[in-house]
Amino acid sequence: MLRGKAFKFGDGISTDHIVPGRLLHLRSNLPELAKHVLEDADPTFARRVSSGDFVVAGKNFGLGSSREHAPIVIKMSGVSAVLAQSVARIFFRNAINIGLPVLICDTSGINDGDELEVDLEAGKVKNLTNGGEVSFSRMPEIMLRILNEGGLVPYIEKYGSFDVSPGADKNRRQPL
Amino acid sequence: MGKTLAEKILSDRSGTEVCAGDIVIAPLDLVFVQDSTGPLTLRLLKESNLNAICNPEKSILFIDHSVPSPAKELSNDHAFLRSFAGETGVVLSDTGEGVCHQVVAESFAAPGNVIVGADSHTVTAGALGAFATGMGSTDVAVALALGKTWFRVPETVRIVVHGRLAKGVYAKDLILHLIGQIGADGATYEALEFGGETVGEMTMPERLTIANMAVEAGAKVGLFPSDGVTKGYLESRGRGEQYVALQPDADATYERTIEIDAAWLEPTVAKPHTVDNIALAKELKGVPIAQVFIGTCTNGRLDDLRIAAGILQGRIRHPGTRLVVAPASKEILLAAIAEGYITTLVEAGATIVPPGCAACLGVHQGVLGDGEACLSTANRNFKGRMGNPDAFVYLASPATAAATAIRGEITDPREVL
Repeated sequence: MLRGKAFKFGDGISTDHIVPGRLLHLRSNLPELAKHVLEDADPTFARRVSSGDFVVAGKNFGLGSSREHAPIVIKMSGVSAVLAQSVARIFFRNAINIGLPVLICDTSGINDGDELEVDLEAGKVKNLTNGGEVSFSRMPEIMLRILNEGGLVPYIEKYGSFDVSPGADKNRRQPL
Repeated sequence: MGKTLAEKILSDRSGTEVCAGDIVIAPLDLVFVQDSTGPLTLRLLKESNLNAICNPEKSILFIDHSVPSPAKELSNDHAFLRSFAGETGVVLSDTGEGVCHQVVAESFAAPGNVIVGADSHTVTAGALGAFATGMGSTDVAVALALGKTWFRVPETVRIVVHGRLAKGVYAKDLILHLIGQIGADGATYEALEFGGETVGEMTMPERLTIANMAVEAGAKVGLFPSDGVTKGYLESRGRGEQYVALQPDADATYERTIEIDAAWLEPTVAKPHTVDNIALAKELKGVPIAQVFIGTCTNGRLDDLRIAAGILQGRIRHPGTRLVVAPASKEILLAAIAEGYITTLVEAGATIVPPGCAACLGVHQGVLGDGEACLSTANRNFKGRMGNPDAFVYLASPATAAATAIRGEITDPREVL
């Protein structure tokens, strides 16, 4: 069970908003880069966020560059999960690969500052501030397994390869 | 049942018959990183037990995003990439060789390949009929170690283009128009597949421009059929033996089909701060532009420099507008020198910067000042993209860029042709 405060963002938050190119020289100094997380979307975010909090966004979160530093610094800031109406493909894979849960759900009823409780097993987000509750889409089996191992590198270290059962994953529009 | 290009390539390379929705493991024909994503990838490899590179000769480290290095931290990242290449025998493409996607098109990608790169514009190689997609540092680290990765076979949106582009209208205008129509998330998790009589006549540089921007609609890949144009391009690169014909089946299943009549398109511009915020160049007449940037993996090819030089020949940039030009690769720079385009551009007031990503991502070589606007031939105009969140980026074709450089305000190139 995850619990924390919602930091609400709009549609189309790109990886440039999260870690802009002008800070490219800090990419091998992640603790320093993390001080600037989401700076171009909300310059106050980095100093206000606390461990356990949630990034809550609209459509197409994380579009743009493949820079994995974006989910890494969000995770380093203490954020326990990203909730969004939809996410860009590369960001989604990157987040799961580094062990940051990304939950696709209707975020329209969540306001900035709301207290949220997320049950990853049950697939539910409870809004403790306004009593609302939404479900999030279950992610494909392979991504759940990667997330449960803490990311792709620990997963591969443990199993040696991708353990993909043959067959289809016909959930439409899964973000892979 | 018929297959789309994405289904064909992934079926062929995985050795199983797959269709949209299937999860597949595919061997990789090429895996690469660049200097902004590579250090993280290589540290992951060094710090884990995945430290052997599966296919060094099919693995490339590109140093192209900030070259020559503008900061000691980046110089140290570059040194790390070089020493890793020395230790492991992977291919190194160093400072001055060019933007990874251009070098991949020139020297590596072939029809039917499966390619992953730690850079979102890896989709560019779709122009050659390669299933090429961008991933993050961790996915690519595992791809380097295992020589394979997993995909969900994407549904496909077919884009059928008819009609001839009018004078002054280019492939860039077509792809900007399409993204404006479907939106920045209009093809998320899907493949874009281009077809129709106009696509069959498009040159490889035009196809590369279009495939490059597939990711700006959220797409996983932007695929072109492999045809006579592909064959001619590969032969011109001394790689004719890598040609295989590749067409989608006539009875393939598409998520949807979008028809575009190219004859009706006009010079198009993406306004700040999203790529789908589209207007016509003529509607933006009068918008002052402090810098014009011609280059990148989208529009830094020889034909782009030829078009720009053709417009700027005998003219000079507006005194209030800087003009920065970055050829996308060393070969393009050499050819542009030989053809006289570089002389023309410099005489017109251009600053030529080395082959590489240059000003595109806001690190150096053309960072914008507060309140300044740049008209760029690149693929992204997000807030802060060119190094300053208080600046504005417009995206357009090299012709619109050249016309804008002359007038100092956004200009429909047909006014100066």
